[in-house]
Amino acid sequence: MRTIFEKIWAEHQVADLGGGTGLLLIDRVLLHERTGGVALESLAAAGRPVMAPSQVFATMDHVVDTLPGRGDRTIMPTGTAFITATRAAAHGAGITLFDLGDPRQGIVHVISPEQGIVLPGVTLVCPDSHTCSQGALGALAWGIGSTEAEHALATGTLRVRRPRTMRVTVNGRLGAGVTPKDLALHILARHGAGGAKGHVVEYAGEAVRALSVEGRLTLCNLATEFAAFTAIIAPDDVVFDYLQDRPYAPKGTIWDRAVAAWRQLYSDDGAVFDRGIDVDAGAVAPMVTWGTSPQHAVPLGDRVPDFQDVAGHDTRETYERALAYMALTPGTPLAGLPIDAAFIGSCTNSRMEDLRRAAAVLRGRKVAAGVRAICVPGSSQVKAQAEAEGLDRVFLASGFEWREAGCSMCFFAGGESFGHRQRVVTSTNRNFESRQGPQTRSHLASPETVAASAIAGRLADPRLLEA
Amino acid sequence: MQPFTVLTAVALPLVRANIDTDAIIPSREMTSVSKKGLADGLFAGWRYRTVGGRDPNPDFVLNDPRYRGAAILLGGENFGCGSSREHAVWALAEYGFRAILAPSFNPIFRGNCVRNGIVPVELPQDAVAWIAVAVAEMPPAQLVTVDLEHQMVTAPDGGTHSFTIEPEAREMLLHGLDAIDLTLLRQAEIQGKRQMDKDCRPWVYL
Repeated sequence: MRTIFEKIWAEHQVADLGGGTGLLLIDRVLLHERTGGVALESLAAAGRPVMAPSQVFATMDHVVDTLPGRGDRTIMPTGTAFITATRAAAHGAGITLFDLGDPRQGIVHVISPEQGIVLPGVTLVCPDSHTCSQGALGALAWGIGSTEAEHALATGTLRVRRPRTMRVTVNGRLGAGVTPKDLALHILARHGAGGAKGHVVEYAGEAVRALSVEGRLTLCNLATEFAAFTAIIAPDDVVFDYLQDRPYAPKGTIWDRAVAAWRQLYSDDGAVFDRGIDVDAGAVAPMVTWGTSPQHAVPLGDRVPDFQDVAGHDTRETYERALAYMALTPGTPLAGLPIDAAFIGSCTNSRMEDLRRAAAVLRGRKVAAGVRAICVPGSSQVKAQAEAEGLDRVFLASGFEWREAGCSMCFFAGGESFGHRQRVVTSTNRNFESRQGPQTRSHLASPETVAASAIAGRLADPRLLEA
Repeated sequence: MQPFTVLTAVALPLVRANIDTDAIIPSREMTSVSKKGLADGLFAGWRYRTVGGRDPNPDFVLNDPRYRGAAILLGGENFGCGSSREHAVWALAEYGFRAILAPSFNPIFRGNCVRNGIVPVELPQDAVAWIAVAVAEMPPAQLVTVDLEHQMVTAPDGGTHSFTIEPEAREMLLHGLDAIDLTLLRQAEIQGKRQMDKDCRPWVYL
């Protein structure tokens, strides 16, 4: 009786290092120019070669501009150094790089599934906290630091402290207009940003099974906001159908062998988890955050909570600090709060389904006067597909900017940002202080809520938007 | 990596839940492809009056002269959450922090601490809060001791708190070991496992 995590761990363990630590084979290493270049350079400086370069991939996503006509020059003051250093180091190490101008370029957690780099049952690491997204395909995928990345590159392994296990079972079905992003924020609000405390979280249950691969990627993406080691979902036909014929997915008879093996990747009946929580999908509503932690989320129809409503996961100091930062007072309705900007993008919500749903809200409507609205597709491939479907014209006609692929304004790195104290509704993952700009006030929500809010000029429920 | 056995030092209280790595070092402070030159950016958003400026905000604890030379940080629940940026740990280490006491750590941040010679000490919330109160009475005199060998923290009042840390991390920190060197000693074992695995899971090997 084993969990899916235990099956993958056992298959990859080279040696038991004692005391709960294992030496695990690492099947895939992904890098980006923000934290990957420094790892490659440091490795080269130590005279250590990359052990298996064919299993390592790098992309440009974090500091590259997303304005049309972009090149190596960046709005971020020293961004070019990150791009050129990563390019040189990637070439030196003989690894595959999805560079600027490559149709496969994009946010690392968007392009890895697109290219079939992540596969069920593999171990995959990247010096990026949102690597947990890729557990959506049944991989054991987790974020690491740059030093750990050097270790994985040099040895093809990592020394890993075995995490405890936690199952989050989502029963029932999400209601109409309720998205995986809302589900993730609902779980964070209920159980706190520290709720998963280093566990590997398996998302299970009817509502999870019903999600597409893209929906699962969004749900798993926010596992790092839940303090999880990572998240994983047992792979099924939804995943196998998604992966078939992707560039790096196996082909022919090897594909058949792989699928047969992947079908064994589930938690056995009677497998024991260290913790378990149940979530009622029917109770999830469109969510929005009011504070400076992803746990500060409430249904869009609710008000800014009183302290006693959040006392389980906040001290009075953190609560009051968050309210002061956000310039909000308890009891204020979230819906109707005027916004300065709207952002659709990031590894959380920038894939085809996200853009299609947002475009459906925007079609035939205009962004409110005075609201700056930006859409940044997650990958060059998503951008091309969206343009083939005419979505770019919907975004542009409504008043949204339509950008090149990258992480863009999910975070402020000294270049582009939303202005001082601007209130932004955003499909990203972090509403931390000054995350999206100096003193910028971020409200996390689903892409369709961002779209509806951009139209209304205030936080708005897409289900209630007037025709 | 500098070995860590016992440290007695000034402790700086920042006991707030969910302190994220964007707060520890904002992305805008990570201006070069380097692990160095980051100490000035540590807690920049709280430490300075203006974004990108260096005019100290006197209200922030790091600028309180009573905590000068602090090498131990007292943190809150889920310390180091958010971005995996190891720059957060590089900045803390460069500033001079060698140990962090908190009720819990975000897992990636915790791993980064161990790889950079900073001891992540998990203590119950009450214990951290109590130590913070004791320290605040007179920071330069109310020192805290972290003894990694005996897995024991001694508070300024002499009270002791034992803590647990997995043997692997403890060994690495105690002896300042380089994990890559250690793992490369097992190269034959790793290659053997990979060869076997290639037959079982050929689709993994591109």
